[in-house]
Amino acid sequence: MNSPGSAQNDLYAWREDIFSILKNGGVSQVAYVPDAGHSHVINRVHEEPGMHPIVLTTEEEGVASVCGAWLGGERAVLLMQSSGVGNCINMFSLVNNCRFPFLAIITMRGEWAEFNQWQSPMGKATQAAIELMGITVLRADRPEEVAATVSAGFDAAFEGGESVCVLLGQRLIGKKKWEGK
Amino acid sequence: MSQQNQTNQSNQPNQRTAHIDRRAFVKQLIAACPDALVITGLGSATYDVYAAGDRPENFYLWGAMGGAAAVGLGLALAQPKRTVLVITGDGEQLMGIGALATIGAQKPANLNIIVIDNGHFGETGMQRSHTSLGTDLAAVARGCGIGKVVTVNTLEQLPSLAADINTRSGALLAQVFVQADELPRALPTRDGVYTKNRFREALGFGPV
Repeated sequence: MNSPGSAQNDLYAWREDIFSILKNGGVSQVAYVPDAGHSHVINRVHEEPGMHPIVLTTEEEGVASVCGAWLGGERAVLLMQSSGVGNCINMFSLVNNCRFPFLAIITMRGEWAEFNQWQSPMGKATQAAIELMGITVLRADRPEEVAATVSAGFDAAFEGGESVCVLLGQRLIGKKKWEGK
Repeated sequence: MSQQNQTNQSNQPNQRTAHIDRRAFVKQLIAACPDALVITGLGSATYDVYAAGDRPENFYLWGAMGGAAAVGLGLALAQPKRTVLVITGDGEQLMGIGALATIGAQKPANLNIIVIDNGHFGETGMQRSHTSLGTDLAAVARGCGIGKVVTVNTLEQLPSLAADINTRSGALLAQVFVQADELPRALPTRDGVYTKNRFREALGFGPV
């Protein structure tokens, strides 16, 4: 599952770091709308017997399902890309009103070497939109920042009871997807 | 179960033949599934469940429209040995219609979506909803891969429906055709933190 070459391993080690934080933190359910930047974690979750992957038709379902998991005594996280934040806005009122611990990890689009300008309006509004709904935003733009940032968000959510979105800058993924696989 | 399917499914969509009293149906359903964990969709379904009797195993939504079934999904996966009832209205379920596909992909054996369908948006002035304008929600659920889909036209179907739900033998959606009445509201607490913590406590979990 890990990337083949050692240079690749170094470059993408942060993806495995995210998976490890979720697994070691006792996360049982991972709800997601796929994104290339999340693909490694999604694949790892699918292979992990103790974790339940939930593919969504739209991101707000995941806001609701992770809250349901917490009601039932499990930890769950939501993975999506920045365009999905717009779909979640009203559903965030569930998190806010009931003060559910909440962690979403969001890959950014529309901000760094973006080929598709249709991603830009929501990408530019992502952080402000989340903050308008009263959710804390943390952000990592370099590979070496990812583990500490995701870990901080994880603890704030599941130890501190906060609602947190961790943004993973598009620079982390770079132009990869437009240069072929 | 299949018996109910045969007797009550029509090839013609939206056969609104029944005029079930929604309060009576919800009260009897919860009485017949006494161990169920219940999530309610905002509006009339929340009032119906509260009117049936407050209990810590009820989680009342007062907003987050479209989210009830997905909350139920996360809960059902977390509590596979408990029966989960999502009791919601047609308008609420229509807003979260994609969740039926997400549930169809997961198929939790203990998850039951009960759509109290009056064909109208009851909270906002009884405007007609899609289920009385052409959408066959039972067909949608079937098409999403939800294994057990039942249409309910009479209270007499309730005992066998409840018996099936209590077996926790497959994800189920019941479309319950009820009268489009405007009933007196029965208002549970709107304090989400309280209902969340009370619900978790009933399952043996503490606050953060």
